[in-house]
Amino acid sequence: MFDETTVNMLIEGTGATLYMTLVSTLFGYIVGLPLGIILAITDKTGIKPNVVIYKILDFIVNLTRSIPFLILLILVMPLTKLIVGQSYGSAATIVPLTIAAAPFIGRMVESSLKEVDKGVIEAAQSMGAGTFTVIWKVLLAEARTSLLVGVTIAIGTILGYSAMAGVVGGGGLGDIAIRYGYYRYETGIMIVTIVILVILVQILQGLGMMLSKKLDRRQA
Amino acid sequence: MAKQPVLLEAKNIIKDYGNGQVLNDISLQIHKGEVIVLVGPSGCGKSTFLRCMNGLEQIQAGQILLDGEVITEGKTDWPKVRQKIGMVFQSYDLFPHMSVIDNIILGPVKVQGRDKKEVTEEAEKLLDRVGLLDKKDAYPRQLSGGQKQRVAIVRALILKPEILLFDEVTAALDPEMVREVLDVILELASSGYTMLIVTHEMQFARAVADRIVFIDGGKIVESDTPEAFFTQPKTDRARRFLNTFIYAKDGEKLTSDSY
Repeated sequence: MFDETTVNMLIEGTGATLYMTLVSTLFGYIVGLPLGIILAITDKTGIKPNVVIYKILDFIVNLTRSIPFLILLILVMPLTKLIVGQSYGSAATIVPLTIAAAPFIGRMVESSLKEVDKGVIEAAQSMGAGTFTVIWKVLLAEARTSLLVGVTIAIGTILGYSAMAGVVGGGGLGDIAIRYGYYRYETGIMIVTIVILVILVQILQGLGMMLSKKLDRRQA
Repeated sequence: MAKQPVLLEAKNIIKDYGNGQVLNDISLQIHKGEVIVLVGPSGCGKSTFLRCMNGLEQIQAGQILLDGEVITEGKTDWPKVRQKIGMVFQSYDLFPHMSVIDNIILGPVKVQGRDKKEVTEEAEKLLDRVGLLDKKDAYPRQLSGGQKQRVAIVRALILKPEILLFDEVTAALDPEMVREVLDVILELASSGYTMLIVTHEMQFARAVADRIVFIDGGKIVESDTPEAFFTQPKTDRARRFLNTFIYAKDGEKLTSDSY
């Protein structure tokens, strides 16, 4: 159906998409996980309530989340150029992807941690567990299935964002779909990229759910 | 009992959630080895009082002293204090993702930094004592309410607290499971543990207590021996409170023969 160059391009595109998605998710969690933890514990009902810290972070998260990704992509280009050295290509897309993902991940982590039963947290505190032990052994441990579901959602969302980066030459499958499908009317290639994207999301989603189920000790 | 030193003491404590006082000038001394049972109508503040004693709730005025030292002023090292004040909750609050044995050893290993192997052995001994050694690798969801609560008691005991707080530990249990939990507490009482118990089980209260403290409207209304409190309550409020139990029991009188 396709010649070798096209197939190679699609394989490379898939690789680039996975690379952007997974690296951005990783960086997103490096920033978003601590952010979510701080949001969860500094809120009024948290274990270390702190109105000032909560309000500041809450504002930053809302601010970042209200900028559409396509615009954020263009907005942070100077920063991207500073960090990566160029403003196009897969590596460059990681910068805006991480910036968009981190607050989103932070929110999901926050809500996962807030689902942890207050009684269990108090039980740990009454045993003399300090803040760090409560975060590590209770909040993160007890919320792990919810956190993993969050990772799955994050990967799916970031994968979608990464395709959007194709508009500004971000590389990956989205880039291919836009260049061939939109600019050159090669619908065939576009459909193939969509199929690959769907399969990727399905696989990642399936893996995430499987893992989260496996780690769930609450149900029989 | 009065010869023993005071272990935990509340001095004129006031607790206010912002919509009226929940605890209104409560003072109480708990001596070493003493078992005090707090009774009173729902919402009278007895659970709140208990939660104030290990800092789960902050007090607005007054002092709490542990071993003669004020723990409610300045920078209290609550984690350290709480290791001396064990607490068991109404809803068990076991960690659902951890097995029974992991639930129990978490505190000693992660908080007290004790040797895992040694703690595990001790945990097994304690589990055996409450008849649950065969459940050590089970997860909380596989246990009945009564079993969960016995595990929760072991989890508090293994930290070797100086005093144990029990917050309506049988209130969420099916009637036939209440006994197995109360028996464990009775056994602990007879082996000399200092305990502060909130309960609605009047017969149990009478059997286990050295002293009954009746709280109503955030105040201590009566404090007496179980015998005196249950047979000759001094105040009208206490009498009315005790009467509700007699009616609830369909005319049956409270007796001391059970437990």
